[in-house]
Amino acid sequence: MENIIDFKEWFVKNYKTFEDNLNGEKTPELHRIRKEALKNFSDLSLPTLKDEEWRYTNISPLLKYNFILPQEDLKISDKQVKKFLFGEIDSNILIFINGKFSEENSKLLNLPEGTIAGSISDAVKNNPEIIEKHFSKYASPSNQIFTALSTAYTKDGAFVYIPDGKIVEEPIHIIFITSTSEDKIITQPRNLFVASENSQVTIIEHYVSENNNIYFTNSVTEIVASDNAIVDHYKIQEESINAFHIARVEIDQERNSNFTSHSISTGGVITRNDINARFNGDGGECTLNGLFLLQDNQLFDAHTLIDHANPHCNSHEHYKGILDDSARGVFNGKVFVRQDAQKTNAFQQNNNILLSNNALVNTKPQLEIFADDVKCSHGATIGQIDEEARFYLKSRGIGEEAANAILIHAFASDVIKSMKMEPVRNYLEDILSKRFNQ
Amino acid sequence: MLEVKNLYTSIDGNEILKGINLNVNAGEVHAIMGPNGSGKSTLAQVLAGREEYEVIKGEVIYQGKNLLDLSAEDRAREGVFLAFQYPVEIPGVSNVNLLKTAVNEIRKYHNEDELDAIDFLNLIKEKMKLVELDESFIKRSVNEGFSGGEKKRNEIFQMAVLNPKLAILDETDSGLDIDALKVVANGVNKLKSRDNATVVVTHYQRLLEYIIPDFVHVLYKGQIVKSGGKELAFELEEKGYDWLKNDKKEVVTG
Repeated sequence: MENIIDFKEWFVKNYKTFEDNLNGEKTPELHRIRKEALKNFSDLSLPTLKDEEWRYTNISPLLKYNFILPQEDLKISDKQVKKFLFGEIDSNILIFINGKFSEENSKLLNLPEGTIAGSISDAVKNNPEIIEKHFSKYASPSNQIFTALSTAYTKDGAFVYIPDGKIVEEPIHIIFITSTSEDKIITQPRNLFVASENSQVTIIEHYVSENNNIYFTNSVTEIVASDNAIVDHYKIQEESINAFHIARVEIDQERNSNFTSHSISTGGVITRNDINARFNGDGGECTLNGLFLLQDNQLFDAHTLIDHANPHCNSHEHYKGILDDSARGVFNGKVFVRQDAQKTNAFQQNNNILLSNNALVNTKPQLEIFADDVKCSHGATIGQIDEEARFYLKSRGIGEEAANAILIHAFASDVIKSMKMEPVRNYLEDILSKRFNQ
Repeated sequence: MLEVKNLYTSIDGNEILKGINLNVNAGEVHAIMGPNGSGKSTLAQVLAGREEYEVIKGEVIYQGKNLLDLSAEDRAREGVFLAFQYPVEIPGVSNVNLLKTAVNEIRKYHNEDELDAIDFLNLIKEKMKLVELDESFIKRSVNEGFSGGEKKRNEIFQMAVLNPKLAILDETDSGLDIDALKVVANGVNKLKSRDNATVVVTHYQRLLEYIIPDFVHVLYKGQIVKSGGKELAFELEEKGYDWLKNDKKEVVTG
């Protein structure tokens, strides 16, 4: 095996090549942000188990590789894309292949006037004022090394902009396909979704792979829900079973905005998902739900933060984990209720089911309340399949395997049912059925 | 149909059944009565295949097969049905999903084709009437948020759909008001035939006014201490169980 260069050194060393390949995406302001982030990247340390935020997630397997930037443009047929779609529903489809926007595979329906759905590299050229206003304003690269890496290497990603008062009826389904014969590539989708005042949109971030290769996805998504905007967001992570997936979603919620997130994770050997929502105005509503389905030696780490910085906001969070074999799960859910955030309602729940003796979950619900007129609750459970329920099903003639499948479906059902989009629900039911043979 | 021979079982090292003998033929209704803690429910659970109970001694022959060798699901597929004393709540699993899976798993076991959606729906609609259940009921999660009466009616409804050869009703009367009791008993009576058998486990004689047993057995401290016809149930109702305890003592000491 060839010598592996230190993870940080490698990306600093290769930066010049990346820079030289930038064309129109190199506006002075954006490039200043990139260069500053590169400095953050080289100043920050890689997380170790000694960092409280990474206590249960050992990233050293990730550091064993020198991931390269995808060299060639890969073509993918629409037929290959089709298997990742949710049946026959009408969606706006944005396709990214190895991190690069593929216009020919993408398909936009009739979007309301002024709505933009495409790539961030195009937006840099065509909509610099929006980029300047929002890009890198929410996910700060100064305190998170992977965000710093993403920001420094920003080239492409999804960009969605909904003007004031516009409602996008059909969902925007963004599929990031990693497919490579060249081994061990890194893709860094950098996404920005801006829903202006009184607008409404459904966006699905969907990470998939064509094979079981080793690669690294390092994605950062910034979402702005302006006053009164409604954003229904889904993140479905079905990466290769050998992939590394580190993702951060940062949400800025303005007055009376309504943001819903469903985060589904089934792929990846090591996955780290950070979702941080901040109420920047009164009257906001935030739902963060999640479902992770793990097997073999997969590790999934969900870190969420809901920052009640303002009064009269409601948040609901429900994460569920189903873990088999030697899989490990981490849930760390922080809810801050700041001193001014009176009349806050914040509910958080994490339930896990272990299907094997070797599976493990570390769960840490964290509620920090500084206001005095609030309703908050949190709870976490780790259990196994309910023996009483299983015996009941068996006593009706249902075999062990089918009984387990039914009970696992049932366990996941409330998170699945809370999704507004039926096609996504069906897609997930299929994943569950395939996994549990029912 | 069912032959229990000198059955001894224990749970967590405690011996509960201490030599049960019982013969049930097709077409018969047997009542097993006894005070709390006598082992009635244990017998019902052991027959249904609950694995927590250890069989120390004895055998159970059901339709020529060694019942104790079969898994719980295979017993059900062979026609054994237990109506639970405490039906389990399963949030997220609808009644219709449970029954559909059960019916088809049983059919598969007998190398029969799965029922199509329409035939299945017709089957359950017909059986629902038997226990006076509303159709909206089938979409609800199994037993979740059901009243005591609804839970017991659901057990009989499942029994009606699965059409067992040997039905064991474990304290199906407990917690029921008289109207619900009549509905449940009526359902059981309608399901009775020359080819199937019913074992009614109960503490009280009340249910037996509506489901008339051919035989009554009194279980006490893990043994059947007395067997007789339906008049034995009335005798117990009148005299209570103390009479038997004394009676037994006399037998033992005398």
